This record gives sequence, C-alpha cells and structure tokens, in this order.
Amino acid sequence: MIRRLLVANRAEIAERVIRTARARGTETVAVFSDVDAQLPYVAAADAAVRLAGASATDTYLRSDLLVDAALRMGADAVHPGYGFLSERAEFAKACVHAGLTFVGPPAAVIESMGSKIEAKRLMRAAGVPVLEGVTVADGAVTDDVATLADKVGYPLLVKATFGGGGRGMRVVEARGGLADAVAAASREAEAAFGSGEVFLERLVVAPRHVEVQVIGDVHGTVVHLFERECSIQRRHQKLLEESPSPGITSATRDAMCDAAVAAARAIGYVNAGTVEFVVGADEQFFFLEVNTRLQVEHPVTELVTGLDLVELQLQVAEGLALSDEVTAARTRGHAIEARLYAEDPDDEYLPSSGRLERFEIPRSEGVRVDAGYATGTVVGTDYDAMLAKVIAWAPTRLGAARRLAAALRGARLHGVTTNRDLLVGVLADDEFEAGGTDTAFLERHPPHTLCSAARDPDDELYCVVAAIWQRLEDRPRSPQPSGIPVAWRNVGPASQPKTFVLRGTEHVVDISGAHGARRLTLDDRPIEFGRVEVTATTADAVLDGRTVRASIERVGETIYVDGTFGSVALTIVPRLGVPAIEEAPGSLHAPLPGAVRRVAVSPDDVVAEGDTLMILEAMKMEHAIRAPRDGIVSSVLVADGDQVDRGAILAVVTAPELEAT
Amino acid sequence: MAVLTTSVRPTDERFAANRDGLRSLLEETDAQVELARQGGGARYLERHRSRGRLTARERIELLIDADSALLELSPLAAWGTEFHVGASLVTGIGVVSGVECVLTASDPTVRGGSINPYTLRKNLRALEIARVNRLPIVNLVESGGADLPTQGELFVPAGRIFHDLTELSGLGIPSIALVFGNSTAGGAYVPGMCDYAVMVDQHAKVFLGGPPLVKMATGEESNDEELGGASMHSRVSGLCDYFARDEHDAIRLGRQIVASLNWRKLGPGPSRSADEPLFDPEELLGIAPVDLRVPFDPREVLARVVDGSRFDEYKANYGTSLVTGWASIHGYPVGVLANAQGVLFMDEAKKATEFIMLANQTDTPLVFLQNTTGYMVGRDYEQAGIIKDGAKMINAVTNSTVPHLTVMMGASYGAGNYGMCGRAYGPRFLFSWPNAKMAVMGPEQLAGVLSIVARQSALAAGRPFDEAADTAQREAVEAQIERESHAFFNAARLYDDGIIDPRDTRTVLGVALSAVHSNVVEGRRGYGVFRM
Repeated sequence: MIRRLLVANRAEIAERVIRTARARGTETVAVFSDVDAQLPYVAAADAAVRLAGASATDTYLRSDLLVDAALRMGADAVHPGYGFLSERAEFAKACVHAGLTFVGPPAAVIESMGSKIEAKRLMRAAGVPVLEGVTVADGAVTDDVATLADKVGYPLLVKATFGGGGRGMRVVEARGGLADAVAAASREAEAAFGSGEVFLERLVVAPRHVEVQVIGDVHGTVVHLFERECSIQRRHQKLLEESPSPGITSATRDAMCDAAVAAARAIGYVNAGTVEFVVGADEQFFFLEVNTRLQVEHPVTELVTGLDLVELQLQVAEGLALSDEVTAARTRGHAIEARLYAEDPDDEYLPSSGRLERFEIPRSEGVRVDAGYATGTVVGTDYDAMLAKVIAWAPTRLGAARRLAAALRGARLHGVTTNRDLLVGVLADDEFEAGGTDTAFLERHPPHTLCSAARDPDDELYCVVAAIWQRLEDRPRSPQPSGIPVAWRNVGPASQPKTFVLRGTEHVVDISGAHGARRLTLDDRPIEFGRVEVTATTADAVLDGRTVRASIERVGETIYVDGTFGSVALTIVPRLGVPAIEEAPGSLHAPLPGAVRRVAVSPDDVVAEGDTLMILEAMKMEHAIRAPRDGIVSSVLVADGDQVDRGAILAVVTAPELEAT
Repeated sequence: MAVLTTSVRPTDERFAANRDGLRSLLEETDAQVELARQGGGARYLERHRSRGRLTARERIELLIDADSALLELSPLAAWGTEFHVGASLVTGIGVVSGVECVLTASDPTVRGGSINPYTLRKNLRALEIARVNRLPIVNLVESGGADLPTQGELFVPAGRIFHDLTELSGLGIPSIALVFGNSTAGGAYVPGMCDYAVMVDQHAKVFLGGPPLVKMATGEESNDEELGGASMHSRVSGLCDYFARDEHDAIRLGRQIVASLNWRKLGPGPSRSADEPLFDPEELLGIAPVDLRVPFDPREVLARVVDGSRFDEYKANYGTSLVTGWASIHGYPVGVLANAQGVLFMDEAKKATEFIMLANQTDTPLVFLQNTTGYMVGRDYEQAGIIKDGAKMINAVTNSTVPHLTVMMGASYGAGNYGMCGRAYGPRFLFSWPNAKMAVMGPEQLAGVLSIVARQSALAAGRPFDEAADTAQREAVEAQIERESHAFFNAARLYDDGIIDPRDTRTVLGVALSAVHSNVVEGRRGYGVFRM
C-alpha cells in the first residue's frame, strides 16, 4: 500500500495527482523550484520540498534530488506526472533502487519505448502497422542516409529519437531540405534530451492523431480505455483533445484498440500508457509511439468512462488487479479538453509571461478545470506555458463543445496573453462541428480568423465602456471634493480624448459637454448612448442601440473588459507619450522572453544580412536572431544562458557606411 | 441641521420668464466666451498649427489631470475694448499631477500672445490668486511681449509680473515656466523669475534682445538659437532646467515637476457630508429675476447650492433683510451672508458684523451672496447712526481673515458692494451671474440724483431749468450707467473672476473652496465677539 506519495512534477498535473491521493487518504509530498513556490499545488500537498534553482535541468530533471526528497520525507512511492522525468528509464530505476515504488511501467518498458526505433521494431513484431523510417545518429546526412530517406518518401518528418512534445522535429518537403533539417533537429535534440540522434519517417498528409489509452496490472491483465483524438495541434503541440474520436468508424476504433492492447501485451506493459496512432483519410492507421505515462489529455477519458486514471495508476502500483469496473469499462457521452496556454496565437504563438492578475474560470455543470495557476501567481519562462486544462462533458459532442466554449468565454484571464480566443474560435467553427479535425486544421483556419470568431462583433465599443469607466472609477487622485463633476469646465467643453490600442489599432474616445448635453464619439463617429451604469468593477450600458455588459479591471496600463460576447485587453495610450529610451540605431530586440543560446558573433564581426547571430530559446522553440542587414556587430549585450525579457536589446549591428562616418 | 424647503414652482409664469431671461443672457455670455476660445481666428489658428504647435487651451488640457475639473478665470477680460475678448491669455485653476495650481497660458494666435493692459490685469489677478491661496503656478509661455502701442499704460505696472512671481517663490509657492515659443525682452524674465524653467527644443526663444537689437546695440552678428534657444539655455546659460524635445515633452516635464513638489494643502479637508442639494440646480435659472427690482429669497438659492439643502440660520428673526447662517458646500463648512430684500439697515449691518466675527472665531470661510441696493438712507436712519453700523460691517469684512467667496446674484449698488465683500474687499474669488449689475447706484437713481442736483443748482442761481435738456440728459446718463453696470462690462475690467452659469454655482464654489484650503484657514483673533 502506498502511504506517502512524492509527486515529482509541478503545477496542474501535480495538483491533479494530489487531488486523487488526498481523496484516497494517501499522504502527499510536492517538490517545487524557486519560481514555483507560490503555485497552488505546493499548498495543496501535505508537505513540500524545495528544489533550489529555476531551470528544469536544475530542478525537476534532477533525478537525484527527487529521490533524496522522497527518502527524506519518508515517501514510499513516486508519481512522475507527465513530461520531465516521467519517461526516463533511469529515473524509474533510481526510484526502485532507493526502495521507492515508481508509479508507472517498469524501467525496461520505458527504455524500450523511449527509443522510437526499438519501439517500432517491437510493434512491427507484434503485428501493429508501423511507418518505416531511417535513423541518423550524428546529425550528418550522408549519401546512404539520403538514399534511405528516398525510400521513406517525401514529405518526411525528422524526429528526435529520444524525445517528444514537438522538440527536435522538422518537416522536410523534398531532398534538398534534408541536411539542414536533420542538423537543426539533431542540435535541438542534443540540447533537450542529451542525444542528437534523430530519425526520419513518412509524413501522412492531413492525418488525424488518435491514441488509445491502455492500462495493465502486474497480474498480466491489459485493457484499453478507448481512444482520444488529439488532432487539433499547433506546431505539433496539442490544443484540443476529445473522446470519442469524431473521425473514425467504430470498426476502425475496435481495430485500433485491439492493436493497442496487443502492442501493450507484447511489451509486457504495466500501469497506464498510451499508444499513439496516425490515421489517414482512408482510416488506415500506423503506430507512432507509446507514451509510458499519464497523458496531459487523460481527463477526457476519465469523463467518458467515469474512471479515475490516477487512482488506477496507484492501485496498479500497489499490486492490485484491475477491477471489473475497468476491464468492462464503457464510454458515455462525449468529452473535450482545451489547453489554455499563455501565448499569443495572433503573434506567432509567442509565449507570454507575467503575473496573473486575475485567473478565474467559471465552474459550471459538466465542466472540469485542472489548473496549475491561480490569481496572483506568476507565469515564467522556465517551463511549458500551459496555464490550465478545461474539460467539458455532455451527452453529445456538440453539447460538450458548447459547454467548453462557454466556460472559456466566461473565463477572466488578466495579466498575460492567452490562446483562449483561438480555442473558442475552434469550438465554434463549422468544420470542427462537422468533425473535420485533422492535424492540418489550424493551417486551413488561420488563428486570426478563428480568434475573431470568438469576439464580440463590435468590441470597439468596449473602448467606449473603458473610457466611461475610467472617467467615473479610474480617475487620478484629486485634491478636489469628489462631488465636483468629472471633467467639469466653466468655459467650453473639455477636450481630453482617451486613446486605447485594441489588437494593434488605436481607438479614440471623446466625451464632452455638460448640463444634459453630453456628446460621445468613437474615432470621430458619434455614439448614441442611453443608460450607463458603472461600478468599480462593472459597466452596463446601452451604446449605439445595443447593450454592453462587462466586468472591468485595470492592471497597469491595460484595461481588461470582459464582456458577455468576448473579452478584450485595451492598452492605454498615454496622453503625452512615453519618452523613448535612447538606443543605438541597429539595435536588435528580443522578440519574446527566453534564454540566450549559442551566441555566434562577437563585437567587430562582419555579418551579412540574414546571418544568425544567436538563438533565443523560449517555450520549446528556437528563435534565430538574424542580422537585419549587412554590417558590423558593434556590440553584443548578452551571453550564452542569459535570461532576457521581451524587448531587451541583444546586440547592435551597424551598417558599414555608418561605421565609416 | 435644519433643511430648507422651497416654494418655487417651475410652472409659474414668473419662473418661466426669469428662466427665459437668464437663458438668453447665458447665450450672450457663451457667444462671447466662444469668441475668446477661438483666439485670433481661423487663419491664425491654422498658421499656428501648421508650425506644429498646440493652442493655449490644448496645452492646458494636456497639462491637467485626466477628467479633472478646470475653472477658467476671467474669460471675458477685455470684452468691449479695442482688444480681443479674453485678453490673449488663458488663466484658471486646474489639477496638475494631483495638485491644484493656477495656470496661465498665453494665446499666441491673438497678436502673437502679446500683453495689453487687460492681459496684465488678468495675469496679475492670477498671480494674486496664487499668492493668497498658496497655489503653485504654472505659466505656459509663448508671447511676443508687450503690445508696444499701449506701452504707456503697460510698461511701469508690468514690472509687477516679475515682482509677483519671485515674491511667490519667497513665500514658498513654487512657480514653473513651460516655454513653448517666444519669451523675449521683458518676457524673458518669466522663465527667469520662475523656480523651474522648461524649454521646447527649436521653439523656445528666450533672450533680452533678438539678433536685430543686438546688431543695433553692439554690432554683433547672432542668431535666435545662440541667443536664446532651449539647447543653449540647457547647456550653456543654465536658465533652462529641463530640456523638452517637443511640446508634449514639455508638458510631461511640467507634470513631472509638479508631481515632485510634494505639495500638501495646509487647510483642512472637507469634513461634512457632501450630499447633493435636495432641489434641482436647474431651477436656479428661474429664481433670480432679470428685473433686479424684484427681490427674491436667497434661501431658494441656498436650497440648490449647499450640501443636502441643510442651512442653520443665525438670527433668523433679526435684521431679516440679510440672511445669515451655517451650511457646507462639497463638505467644506461655510458661513453664508445673503441679501434678502436688497437694503441693508442697521440691524442687518450689526447682524453681519457679529456673524463675521463668529466665523473668524471658528476659522470658517464665508460666502457672500450679493443682491443689494445698498445701506438705507433717510433722516431716521442717518440719525440712528446707519453710517456707524455700516462702518462696523465694512470693518468686520475688511479685517476678517477667513477666506471670503463672493457671488453676485443680482444688484450690487452703493456701499452694499463693499459691506458684502465686493472686489475692493479682497474676496479670494468673486463670480457673477450673467444678470448681475454693479454700480454706485441704479441707473434711474443715478440719473435722477443728477437731475435733482442740476435743478437745485439752477434754482439757487436763478437760472431757468431746461426740462427737455434734462430729459435727454437723464436718458443718456441712464443708458451710460446701464451699460457700465452690465456684467460683461465688469468682467472685462476684472471686477470679478468670471461670469458663471447659476446652475454651476455649487461646483464653482466647491472648486474655489478647495483652492482656498490650499492655504491655512485662520480667523482674526484678538477681541472676543462683540455683541452689537
């Protein structure tokens, strides 16, 4: 029996595991890095151990520290969650070696599935359909490799052999792009997973990503808990997951589930795992990989089967046999999960960081929220930018989509930019509704279009609401009596227009007049207004002949207006402008917060336009900082490993002619 | 506290007549104010803008806090004179970075913002308001200097501007100059005498003598920038403390300077409940008669001005032609003296004297609501000592040291103007309703007096009296006095601080009370309160 469980993970999944442990009476120990000390999961655990440092490599990837923490706190088991060390065989081994129960499959299984080549070999042997591939050990493309790649066929995919989550992954359209892609993927893989080995495989065009949840006990029972479809992805990062899959027939479903169980049996699988398949339009499916851990998207399975997968994991780890409830599991209704990320879909998915001034997602019927953050906590750049998962269940798929969209729409997310509008836009999309959810969905539907569908059609009026609210509730501290009318003038009307930036466009609101003759304009267009009721946190007005009801909050120079049909973040344009910081011409700015990697230039280097000067790594992605023109590097202001904020000056490249004068 | 009631019926014929009369007076006022706001007119405005410059009022709107109140002063200065209404200067009280300040801004679209005798009076009045109320002053400078044709009236008294600026500094009242353009010759002393000077790059021109004058004086060749540019004054002379890249930057710096003053008001803050009056201020338009011969009850005005219409009347049954009592406006406690039947008798004078002393005893500001035809004349009154009683009241008003605020609601004739704290008695602020009239006496009376005197003189000399000439003379005099007692005439000469919409009375008094509390509020001490 597991008495005290160390959860070797953070945020949302740590809290999720703790919830089940607490419900069953198992004590919990959390671990936290220095930047995570304030997150809710730390308080939710019975005890917590600090992991000094911030970066994943110093903390959650330190097997030794985690095992020490477990032993020090008297834990008898370790749950690895997902990501980090969850699929590292060495970690599982280290736990077992220290006398701790590892809540997951045996190390040998993790190891065999960790190598995609090995996994494929085993699957092929078990009769599971696989896509053929080629391994490239050292990132170099020889003629032999190129020939083999031709056999795999283009377009093909370059993937890190020891990795996942989209890292070290590249699409190659034709032979010409192979060498560069392999080199880049290999470098990323090396940095992320400690091995530069990559492999090439056939890319199924416009495929669906369908996976089967399996679970096995130590008594040899292996069953499946049906499938999840996770096709809506951006840059190989899943965004929306659902069960059942809307894109396969029940015959395909049965065949896939059977294949998954066969695969799991073949490798002696124990505990919860996931067999991932790629499914073509003809419903032919091929094995992709086995995830030897709990998946991010496990809640959709929980909501349709009524099972608690973490509970099952713990039972299996305790040596219990799978109950009838599990072996005879059936699904009921439909569940959809949305991953809420701190990122800007309108701006190349750039990650956003900062303090969550408000983080509220309404709990309503059929809606489950697995959040790792809360109001007042800080979203940093050290880890994945997922804030929460919102999962909705309903008897039908459309019902689940409606409930999920409503929950997301009603969420109040202030302080960071999120992908909420994109998620709502997908859920409201006709093709999504029709089940057309292949992995190219977001290529067919540009984020911009989806996001606008999630908005109030005339949310420029929210600028008017914000202006009225500012006049009445957000006035600067005044030495005059509060009863003096706002912007009162004895001579002529006041002229103090307010300017806000909404999605990159400036809008000007002007309110003037007195003695019952008020005038209101939005970008010089008169706005007729009726009832206007404003409190410190809300506004309820009739503008331009329609109601605008919203909750309002100002955070710094941003006003968040959460209206009934959409939310906007309005940036206040200062009346007198902000004095620009004097900076050298040719300064290169960080496009997003992140860590500097591989600074390739030093002062006085001559560079050509397009040369890569350094790499900025943030949120699993590498952004090349390139020379904007031919010139000379006049200064480099950062070094390898530096953490920089968005907008920080990284280097200065001066044009040669400037240098000459 | 006692709560006032009303007997005003908006459906009344007289109410409607009053309201229509006041509305048309307000329209006339607005038309004149609009002329002042338009400055030098479309052509000059366009030229000014084409140089990338903001207008005086635009500068002020950017300088003051967002959505804060602005009380413009003397907007009708120079009305009816040879100079443009407004006197090429905008002055007012506004809130800058959370501090109530006096603001002055030259209007460069009116003859280059040059200073004429009315500009001077308006400017000196603004400086006085800054001094007596202890308000920091921000000068937004772009002026071509003296209006040379009027230098005879201007040159000697204009020195007072610089005197007053530096006097403020000595009194611990900060002065700031934001120089947007010309500030030459005498004008160069404005940034010179201010505690802080901000100058706009390429626009500010601050020198005693420009290139032609220098050439004439010494033969030296020079240019504007080296004689008085922002860059030179920032780097070389040190006259400029803050170098501004453009107008917005200068205003931003001005706000920054005020924010750094760490300003604290010395008077107490509002201490009473500041609830709105129970009765609609709109009705004020129907209360004050345009025909000043018709008296009205000032309690009807108070019921629409003071907090919660609460008014504790003092000596309600004594000297009933003058209403006195305690109230609060926007939370500030005040004592009120308001004429009820126009005439001030002995009892009224004594009542006022006692009341003023009581206010001084408790450091309570006083509000004078004038509608007076003066002290009573006649044998009985002279013999009973009306002069002595009137003198008591004028003495009390003069030596009272609590802040006084005066509103002209109607007539202001004779020594009643003095006793009720007219301009010469130094009220901190004095505003007029557009129907107000101010003169030594009413036009008819004055013409009549002149006629009687002439008749007596003719009689004494045995000359025949020309009745026809007398009639013509009376009409002419009446017309002249009528013209000279008009609210615009008085506003033009800075005899008040502006004509206000009666409906704004509560707000104006609130802004003014807040401003006066920037200084210490302290009554006269020494003797006890004399029972008259």
